[in-house]
Amino acid sequence: MKSSAQNKIRSISYAKYGYYFILPFFIVYFIFSLVPLINTFRLSVYGNASNIDTFVGLENFKTILFGGTDFKSKGIHETVFRDFGNTLILWFGNFIPQLALSLLLAVWFTDLNLKIKGKTFFKIVMYLPNIVTAASVAALFTMLFSKTKYGPINSMLLDMKLIDEPINFLKGQWQSRGVIMFAQTWMWFGNTMIMLMAAIMGISPSLFEAADIDGANSRQVFTKITLPLLKPMVVYTMITSMIGGLQMWDLPYLYKDGSASNKFTETIAVYIFDAFHKSPYNYGNSAAASVILFVITSILGSICFAMNVDKEAQKKKKMIKEAKKLAKLQNKSAFGGF
Amino acid sequence: MNTNKDSYAAKVRMKSIGVMVVLIILTIICLLPIWILFVNATRTSLVITTEGLTFIPSNYFIENIKETVRLNEVGKISYSAWIGYRNSFIITACATVLTVFFASLTAYGLVVYDFKMATPAYTFILAVMMVPVQVTSVGFVRFMGTLHLTDTYWPLILPAMAAPAVVFYMRQYMKSSFPLDIVEAARIDGTGEFRTFLTIGLPMMKPALGVQAIFAFIANWNNFYTPSMILISREFKQYTMPMMVQSILSNDKLSDQGVRYTAIVLSIIPIIVIYCLLSKTIVDGVAEGGVKE
Repeated sequence: MKSSAQNKIRSISYAKYGYYFILPFFIVYFIFSLVPLINTFRLSVYGNASNIDTFVGLENFKTILFGGTDFKSKGIHETVFRDFGNTLILWFGNFIPQLALSLLLAVWFTDLNLKIKGKTFFKIVMYLPNIVTAASVAALFTMLFSKTKYGPINSMLLDMKLIDEPINFLKGQWQSRGVIMFAQTWMWFGNTMIMLMAAIMGISPSLFEAADIDGANSRQVFTKITLPLLKPMVVYTMITSMIGGLQMWDLPYLYKDGSASNKFTETIAVYIFDAFHKSPYNYGNSAAASVILFVITSILGSICFAMNVDKEAQKKKKMIKEAKKLAKLQNKSAFGGF
Repeated sequence: MNTNKDSYAAKVRMKSIGVMVVLIILTIICLLPIWILFVNATRTSLVITTEGLTFIPSNYFIENIKETVRLNEVGKISYSAWIGYRNSFIITACATVLTVFFASLTAYGLVVYDFKMATPAYTFILAVMMVPVQVTSVGFVRFMGTLHLTDTYWPLILPAMAAPAVVFYMRQYMKSSFPLDIVEAARIDGTGEFRTFLTIGLPMMKPALGVQAIFAFIANWNNFYTPSMILISREFKQYTMPMMVQSILSNDKLSDQGVRYTAIVLSIIPIIVIYCLLSKTIVDGVAEGGVKE
């Protein structure tokens, strides 16, 4: 029996408060994210440098995607493709070791048979590089790997007589890429490991117990139980990491020799930033590259999104099924005499 | 039978030892760069350049700090730890408070009230969660220029009010642990809707709020991209801490290596201190964010 006060409350609609509560978010999002996004699309069909107010149609995209006859647009085309390539190489080179390492560690940490002391300590230490300011990490690595006599790594290698000449870690093609890949792996493997660990612990322990009773060894458990059940999480991690990797900026922007840009480590985010930030202010090219990046990110993001929604939809379906089952059961007990 | 069991136990023990060795090596790799950074910050420039790498701290740290703090006055080098701390702290503190407050407000609105747009609004938030700043930065800077907001802190602070990922997390948390009856009880008692949020909703979200505040603080402190693009005139007085680091890095005139390392140390000390105090909460928070269900 409901009291009259409660009934009265039910009759008042509180829906409008919902709008009030979420309104600030949407206003701010509109001004600081949506309008800039639309503005980026608009700028991508306008000119560069001093021609910023001239409508040029798809000229910028044409320049970026196909180059052109003149020297300048050819250069832009090549730079953008080179930077996209660099981004992919750098992402790939840090993601593969990062995933392998974090998967291995996650499996070890969740293996109850192994006696690992101080799990929390290891987790904390391995996550530490992730929270250190990326700009400071870039500065530190630039100084450690410097080619001059101040470079501690080079001087150590020289002292140990492992090399005869200092290695050009800041400029060399694979040397500079290698350092950035290492720094990225160093920063992110702890994060990935913790996420995978959480996913493994979400797997029903009875599955592992059953495998144990059946006499499966740890490799069989890994390939037949852990990995298949972990696949969605691994794919999810991969896509989010890829979206993050496409935006890689702090490290490649700062890790270089002096102020000259390094053509082997310049990522697409660095290109976009430099194009609109440095004279001659090529807003059009920068915006067009951003739009291309946005399209790629959206495709990757929608895969992730679909996976998230899928999970929820599956859950809902399961709930409905269970409710039906319950109803059936109740029906049965009600007509128990049948 | 018994020997079989023994050999199994021995195998497990061997593997455990192997795992421990790998873990210890990884721990060393994780800590080494940071350790070298701190060690070099305690040495004189001469010692660093002549003696190379070492893992034993020296005793020049205080001197280095004094040198580093004075850089701006004596050497005319654009670095000031105080200005950097002040600016970074203002931006970070404001942005963090705005992020957690408005994310909670939005999540509360989505969970507590039953309105037509609730589901579409939530779907929208989920969809835009992955849109990175880099792809909108050209339009962002141009638009802020039109509004005359470049070279101010507003574009660095205000966007924090709309953090989709934090809303997602807070909504998730509320869904699992916020009893809606309590809102109804407050209504019967005659409490206004907004006051209910402030006095009941917010306090009940405290655990999730704390975790998100820590993450927002770290993310904002470490943010180098947005300040570099918004503070176009490169006014030294407006530099944030990562910009100070860049300024040190790109300065060829500064040859004192000890001071260079000390400048980097000063930029990460607040983060390291926070991590030392709250590491357990942070690591657990990462795990919770990772499961996403």
